[in-house]
Amino acid sequence: MGSRASTLLRDEELEEIKKETGFSHSQITRLYSRFTSLDKGENGTLSREDFQRIPELAINPLGDRIINAFFPEGEDQVNFRGFMRTLAHFRPIEDNEKSKDVNGPEPLNRRSNKLHFAFRLYDLDKDDKISRDELLQVLEKVDVEQKMSIRFLH
Amino acid sequence: MWRGESPGPSWGPLLALVLVLTLGGLPRVGGFEEEPGGAHGASQGFQVVTFKWHHVQDPYIIALWILVASLAKIVFHLSHKVTSVVPESALLIVLGLVLGGIVWAADHIASFTLTPTVFFFYLLPPIVLDAGYFMPNRLFFGNLGTILLYAVVGTVWNAATTGLSLYGVFLSGLMGELQIGLLDFLLFGSLIAAVDPVAVLAVFEEVHVNEVLFIIVFGESLLNDAVTVVLYNVFESFVTLGGDKVTGVDCVKGIVSFFVVSLGGTLVGVVFAFLLSLVTRFTKHVRIIEPGFVFVISYLSYLTSEMLSLSAILAITFCGICCQKYVKANISEQSATTVRYTMKMLASGAETIIFMFLGISAVDPLIWTWNTAFVLLTLVFISVYRAIGVVLQTWILNRYRMVQLEPIDQVVMSYGGLRGAVAYALVVLLDENKVKEKNLFVSTTIIVVFFTVIFQGLTIKPLVQWLKVKRSEQREPKLNEKLHGRAFDHILSAIEDISGQIGHNYLRDKWSNFDRKFLSKVLMRRSAQKSRDRILNVFHELNLKDAISYVAEGERRGSLAFIRSPSTDNMVNVDFSTPRPSTVEASVSYLLRENVSAVCLDMQSLEQRRRSIRDTEDMVTHHTLQQYLYKPRQEYKHLYSRHELTPNENEKQDKEIFHRTMRKRLESFKSAKLGINQNKKAAKLYKRERAQKRRNSSIPNGKLPVESPVHNFTIKEKDLELSDPEEAPDYEAETRGGIEFLASVAKDTASDSPAGDTGSDTPLIGHSSPRGGSPAVSQQPPLPARLPRPHAPSPAPPENAAPVPAARSSREPGAGPTQGAGPERRALPAAHARSAAARRVHSRRSFQRPRARRRPALLKLASLQPPGPAELPPHALEQEETPL
Repeated sequence: MGSRASTLLRDEELEEIKKETGFSHSQITRLYSRFTSLDKGENGTLSREDFQRIPELAINPLGDRIINAFFPEGEDQVNFRGFMRTLAHFRPIEDNEKSKDVNGPEPLNRRSNKLHFAFRLYDLDKDDKISRDELLQVLEKVDVEQKMSIRFLH
Repeated sequence: MWRGESPGPSWGPLLALVLVLTLGGLPRVGGFEEEPGGAHGASQGFQVVTFKWHHVQDPYIIALWILVASLAKIVFHLSHKVTSVVPESALLIVLGLVLGGIVWAADHIASFTLTPTVFFFYLLPPIVLDAGYFMPNRLFFGNLGTILLYAVVGTVWNAATTGLSLYGVFLSGLMGELQIGLLDFLLFGSLIAAVDPVAVLAVFEEVHVNEVLFIIVFGESLLNDAVTVVLYNVFESFVTLGGDKVTGVDCVKGIVSFFVVSLGGTLVGVVFAFLLSLVTRFTKHVRIIEPGFVFVISYLSYLTSEMLSLSAILAITFCGICCQKYVKANISEQSATTVRYTMKMLASGAETIIFMFLGISAVDPLIWTWNTAFVLLTLVFISVYRAIGVVLQTWILNRYRMVQLEPIDQVVMSYGGLRGAVAYALVVLLDENKVKEKNLFVSTTIIVVFFTVIFQGLTIKPLVQWLKVKRSEQREPKLNEKLHGRAFDHILSAIEDISGQIGHNYLRDKWSNFDRKFLSKVLMRRSAQKSRDRILNVFHELNLKDAISYVAEGERRGSLAFIRSPSTDNMVNVDFSTPRPSTVEASVSYLLRENVSAVCLDMQSLEQRRRSIRDTEDMVTHHTLQQYLYKPRQEYKHLYSRHELTPNENEKQDKEIFHRTMRKRLESFKSAKLGINQNKKAAKLYKRERAQKRRNSSIPNGKLPVESPVHNFTIKEKDLELSDPEEAPDYEAETRGGIEFLASVAKDTASDSPAGDTGSDTPLIGHSSPRGGSPAVSQQPPLPARLPRPHAPSPAPPENAAPVPAARSSREPGAGPTQGAGPERRALPAAHARSAAARRVHSRRSFQRPRARRRPALLKLASLQPPGPAELPPHALEQEETPL
């Protein structure tokens, strides 16, 4: 399956994802194969049901909220780009990234983006009910860079 | 040279030491002198009193030594300056040297040495058990890979390089003539290579480096035992066999035996942990010996694996690590405290004795063989190769670690590789017939131990400060942090599930599910389990309840307002803070309270009961929060500390705030020149009765109106902003953060109720208009004159003065500082004069409302009260509370 998946991913698309999310080539192909294996409808997008089929998520108290976080406002399908964009929040911040140019687009795994992601999880109806400043202030002590990062496999 | 070390670091308490010395040294010497008298007397028929020194000699001397060591600890800690500079372990070694010198001068025999038997059977197990039982599990398993690499590869590397380099230098002829072969050098290398848990703990305890660094060095020192044991045994048998007869098969056997020894030791530990957890599940009726099981079964795990020649240290470590969760859930609160303190006491005592006897053991001219090149080179090699090994391994590890180990961390890790009593005990165990240069090895080991413990122990603190190593924060994580930490855990494991990779979080999640489904069912009491199942089913509901009870509890602790208004009885009979039955039943204080016998002769339990009435709720709320909020899979743990049981920060803080509040009130009350009616007895009586009633007046929690808590939270926050920032900034920040989050959770659940949203979003507007808060407010002004309490700082009228709007009071939080300020001031002109502190008091009081709601129920019961306490002016109660 892995080989089939990787062939379906076009090179230019892969490059764009790489640029946008900072994942490496091998990570993207691996995650793409995961994506296609989740995609039971085989239409290149994931629906909420696809996510809900993951057994572990069913018993995760935050499961529904996390699934919601994958879907942009008002949509109930997410394509691979969107999928990767969400996962990119959880990439650890590499040393060489810290010194990267400030002018480029803000990387998704920045502290502020990680925080924003966490914030959106708390804020279910998306009307900024928990004031953002306060959350940031409260989380100042939490080592968000570490705690909101996963070392993805290659 | 080795003697020269003793006066060095002990300059400070030397005089004091001498005092202790004579105290410790004299009875021994004196004992021998008087002994003939005793023997002589025995021959003259029946003696009224006989002196039988020989009869008690051994235990007596042991007890005296322990006493001396403990007294020495007291003396060391008389001066903070000394203990903050010189590590205790170093002081103890020096003390041992001095004591040993005195004993030797008196007797010319070195009768007291640290024998391997005593060390391995009696002194080491408590220390290691303590380390395992209080191991921060999450931190430990999170870094397990790193720890294992350092423990296994690092130790082998150290042993091999040190042994081989020494052998190389020996071949060059620098050490002169020695009867040592390659295998002897490797044997020596293997016993000197291992970082020692006792020494590492003793020194790192006082340095407070960050927890990751600490757990790596500490974990390494514990887990490298298997490697040390195997290497030691392998090379010892090789030495016995003789270098020529060692075959390849033996080497393979050695490697196999490593896996057997380490995994076997771990398995023994896990099996005994399982047994221990199972046993503690059924100790409900024998509470008093509960703590005993913990020690006895753990010790058995140590002995069992020693019997099977497996790694005993690993066994008892893992026994402690695995059982801690279930044992802590099963045994009673008191037993848990007993276990904690006993364990700390034993470990601390054992450590003290170990270091002192290390010093004493060194005073024996017979064991000293000097070889400058050998000793110095050993010192150089172990330091250098440790550093090289750390750098190499870290380089590999950093490619896989989330949290990178910085160069500074590596310096501390290299420098923190202390050697200690394990190495000494192992070297003493060597057979002189097989290892010809045993005495050289012993002397060198002693020098190495002294060097690392004293010199490196002395310098590591300045080094850490100089390098600006990230320190650990010695604080309990705030409730808020815990919540977010938990949320992050869930998020990460969900993301790993989605991205389909088996990572750290995935494994942790799997394990916690397995634990919940099977292990906990078998190993935990049913009462402890109950809470775990509920969280999964109804965690929304529970969250709401907990948030409410937390707030109620916070208020109760923050202010005594509702105590002071005993007969003003605006309350609905909803008691949020009354714990759910399942939790209460588990606590001993509950039992004590319930089994009130007519005559109780046990003063301790009487006292206990008196106190527990008040404490139970504290405890239960804390317990509830810990247990019920989004189920913690791993709890944040304090950094391991052998000597200190860190007190609960929150409780301490609350108490302090409480003290200050009460003192302020008392002062301003005095200044108001009112007679103080100190009817303490009545106050006490009243308090007890009140607590009793509070318990009786509970109804199921489910019936509460959903929107009211939300209001209360926001009000509380606003009120706190008014308060004097200097007074209790921490408390304020904490409450605000915690409540805010809880409020938002509560809101989520309640979002379908129409009132929920507006209330919390716009607290100021929300209360005034739609809720009809104004009628309630308008009722307040006329009432406050009712009670004889004109003193300034208790001016919040709604509390004591609103019996009518009882049911309403939950709806009127707008009457807080924003709206309520107006009417209040009008009613109580004296209130104008109050200070910032008084205002704070007020603001605290003003978020008393949810509590106030259940007062009507009390009212009925209050008729049973003796008139005295009910009429009691509130200040009497204040005074009663102040010393608490």
